[in-house]
Amino acid sequence: MKTNDVILRTVTKAVVFIILTFGVELFFAGHNSPGGGFIGGLVLSSALVLLFLVHDIETVQQGIPVDFKKVAAVGVIFAVGTGVGAVLFGAAFLTQTFGVFHLPVFGDTELATVVLFEVGVALTVVGTVVTIILSISEDV
Amino acid sequence: MLTILMAILIPFIAAILIPFIYKFIPRINIGWFVLVVPILLFIGLVRYVPSVAAGETYIKTISWIPSAGINFTTYLDGLSLIFGLLITGVGSLVILYSIYYLSDRESLGHFYVYLLLFMGAMLGVVFSDNMMVLYVFWELTSISSFLLIAFWYHRKQSRYGAQKSLLITVTGGLAMLIGFVMLYAMTGTFSIRENIAAIGDFTNHPLFVAALVLVLLGAFTKSAQFPFHIWLPDAMEAPTPVSAYLHSATMVKAGIYLVARFTTIFGGEEVWFYAVSGIGLLTLFWGSLNAIRQTDLKALLAYSTISQLGLVMSLFGLGSVALNAGVSSDSILYTQATFAALFHLINHSTFKGALFMVVGIVDHNVGTRDVRRLGGLMSLMPVTFSIALIGSFSMAGLPPFNGFLSKEMFFEAMLMMRDFDVLSIRSLGTIFPIVAWIASIFTFVYSMIIVFQTFFGEHQPDRLDRKAHEASKGMLIAPSVLAVLVVGIFFFPNIIGNYLLRPAMAAIYPTFLDVDQLTPHISAWHGLKNNMPLLMTIGVVIIGFLLYISLHRWRSLYSVGPMLWNLDTLYNWSLKQMESSSTAITNYYMSGHLRDYLTYIFGFFLFAVGGSLVLLGGFSFDVSNDAPILINEVILVLVMAIAAVCIVFVPSRVTAILLNGVLGYSIALFFVIFRAPDLALTQIVVETVTTALFLLCFYFLPELKREKSVRSSKILNGIIAISAGVLVTVIALSVQGNKLFDSISIYFENAYELTGGKNIVNTILGDFRAFDTMLEVVVLFIAGIGVYTLIKLKARKGERDVED
Repeated sequence: MKTNDVILRTVTKAVVFIILTFGVELFFAGHNSPGGGFIGGLVLSSALVLLFLVHDIETVQQGIPVDFKKVAAVGVIFAVGTGVGAVLFGAAFLTQTFGVFHLPVFGDTELATVVLFEVGVALTVVGTVVTIILSISEDV
Repeated sequence: MLTILMAILIPFIAAILIPFIYKFIPRINIGWFVLVVPILLFIGLVRYVPSVAAGETYIKTISWIPSAGINFTTYLDGLSLIFGLLITGVGSLVILYSIYYLSDRESLGHFYVYLLLFMGAMLGVVFSDNMMVLYVFWELTSISSFLLIAFWYHRKQSRYGAQKSLLITVTGGLAMLIGFVMLYAMTGTFSIRENIAAIGDFTNHPLFVAALVLVLLGAFTKSAQFPFHIWLPDAMEAPTPVSAYLHSATMVKAGIYLVARFTTIFGGEEVWFYAVSGIGLLTLFWGSLNAIRQTDLKALLAYSTISQLGLVMSLFGLGSVALNAGVSSDSILYTQATFAALFHLINHSTFKGALFMVVGIVDHNVGTRDVRRLGGLMSLMPVTFSIALIGSFSMAGLPPFNGFLSKEMFFEAMLMMRDFDVLSIRSLGTIFPIVAWIASIFTFVYSMIIVFQTFFGEHQPDRLDRKAHEASKGMLIAPSVLAVLVVGIFFFPNIIGNYLLRPAMAAIYPTFLDVDQLTPHISAWHGLKNNMPLLMTIGVVIIGFLLYISLHRWRSLYSVGPMLWNLDTLYNWSLKQMESSSTAITNYYMSGHLRDYLTYIFGFFLFAVGGSLVLLGGFSFDVSNDAPILINEVILVLVMAIAAVCIVFVPSRVTAILLNGVLGYSIALFFVIFRAPDLALTQIVVETVTTALFLLCFYFLPELKREKSVRSSKILNGIIAISAGVLVTVIALSVQGNKLFDSISIYFENAYELTGGKNIVNTILGDFRAFDTMLEVVVLFIAGIGVYTLIKLKARKGERDVED
């Protein structure tokens, strides 16, 4: 059965980018306002899920040729790696630090190592959610 | 200089690198790269010999989990040095041998990774001072042994042998772990050295004997002592280099190491003496008796290894008497047994390693190890024959080979038991030398079988798979080195005695201050007068020779009555019973109905949580501090209640999923009302994604059907459902009424200064409790991989079962 989903397809084209942007925004907002790695990752993956729902899996995978299992694995490496990184600097496992740096365009900017940790969280969430959804939907 | 910590870690690091080297440099046999590791370690350890012989010990602690008393403490003394040298020395030779033994078509990458893993684990066992760390390495040796036995995993026998060895040694390891924890409960430390110092005050503690027995269980299973020896013959399914390395020279000696190490802690106890020397003697006898009836050369060597391990074990048992008797000039005599044990341990590694390699060569070149098909190989394989001769005669206890020296010392120690009056056994003491002597006769017989039935007699080329020829030079290097050692140690035993055994004796008997008294001078000739051991050896040779000659007449005795009783049958039977009964139990409650599982879950929840609430009297409602309930909250609750009730009655799945979504979004609204934007946001997105997931799953399911169930079960389900709901409500209310702990929010009050983040929720997630978050991420990943593998790798219909 071929469904008539022209409206959904058209809307998706615009909405996906809005959701993706929102996800990135949430990710960076997490330091000082609601957001963060987990929620950012979830929003990103919900955008991907929407794509998978609207187009078929093959089309999306042609556009985004990424193995999401590897994305999840890279995420875990990031999360654990920042912990190990702290040990290399002589601090306790998973110690996070931050500092204010002067960057050319942004001016005085606060940079925190916790961002790296959150990147790991976000990547793992994206990778795992998409992996689960793909493996279930491919299993026909 | 090589630090001990590096010695443990280098094999592991190499194990990580090997797969890459294997992949990127396929032209050179990977074994040559691996060979570098044990050789370097061996040289590094040899450089410790002079200073250790001078009485020095090396200790280094790295804090790991100090709060639990678990630290990575490496400790090098005489005892661990002997084992370290054996592990790296025999390891080098075995790897050299395996380069020629294994063909390039085998998955060499796996093989050497397992082997390096084993080497590192084994070094970890002997160099760790902390019992918990020791335990981890201990089990790692079992696991790598499992992997190596199952190296040819397409053979059913290999898998069977691997499983058997793993089950038995890990069970023993668990018992040992309990023993360690008991020791910790008594002395409050996991450090072996601190235990040695402190244990004196606890010998009457009720846990003391229990800990002793449990630690011994670990040692006995690992060292294949009766009745746990049954795994070792089946482990011979492993490639021969593995058998030579793990199952004769090193891993099976881990149990011996444990006994030697813990003699200082438990040795004063009578139970220790009876268990170690009794079981050791029984194993010695049983192993040698069973070795004779084997027709497979490797099985014969397996039983002979069991028997020799029993010999060493029994000597350690005798040696512990010295600790029981206290320090005196009499008790120093008993330490000779320990000395003999250590000496024989080294000798055994040399001659047994050589013999295993010889059998491997025969198997490799001729295609069989069945003594009934072999014979007359002497002229075809002269070098192999010489090595076999040296190894076997040393095992039989003949001069001029090192086995003679330690066998004499063994007899001497056993004879000491005749006038043994420390533990009030007097007449029983006479049994010791008699059993030892009989076992030695059997040892002589099977040693002769190896030499004469393989290399003498009639050559039967038509019964062999391949034409017999001498092995390649490379394959002969390793066993030749061992054979040279066998002879060399006979002529210069005191080099070993002074440099290796002396510091080891000092490590086992720290209370005996005079080390020189502990190390006797080893000599081959004690004179004729009063030389009972020599007479015993002569007796062994004469009677053993007669028995060997008449072997065909009495071999049939093995098939009568008690000899057919088999521990293997018992093992197989209990394994089968365990499988069938656990299947029966599982099938009983795993009905396949989701409803039943929910009944179990909620039933247990009601029983455990509700029960403890009733028992502890946790019902106390205090609503005085609660905020007033507003009208919009009431409306939300009503919406949720209606949605929840409707789920049960709607006819289609999609409606049910959407109603479930209503519940989720309402919860998100609650978060908004209670000003938790983070939670609200998360809840909304999670709800969206899970609804999509549900829709995906349910898309493939058939139409929802009404379940027809009996009225009584409906009522029961209703009761369980309602009481579970009531219980959750009660808990929620009781939580408010019971403030048992202070609020922990003070920890997070300085969040901004400490972390630079204004969102306190995320500072908790990313900074304060980052460890939790990290583990959650890992768990999430594992769950994802789990879902993926479950779905992708499930057996297709009609696919062959890979188990057979």
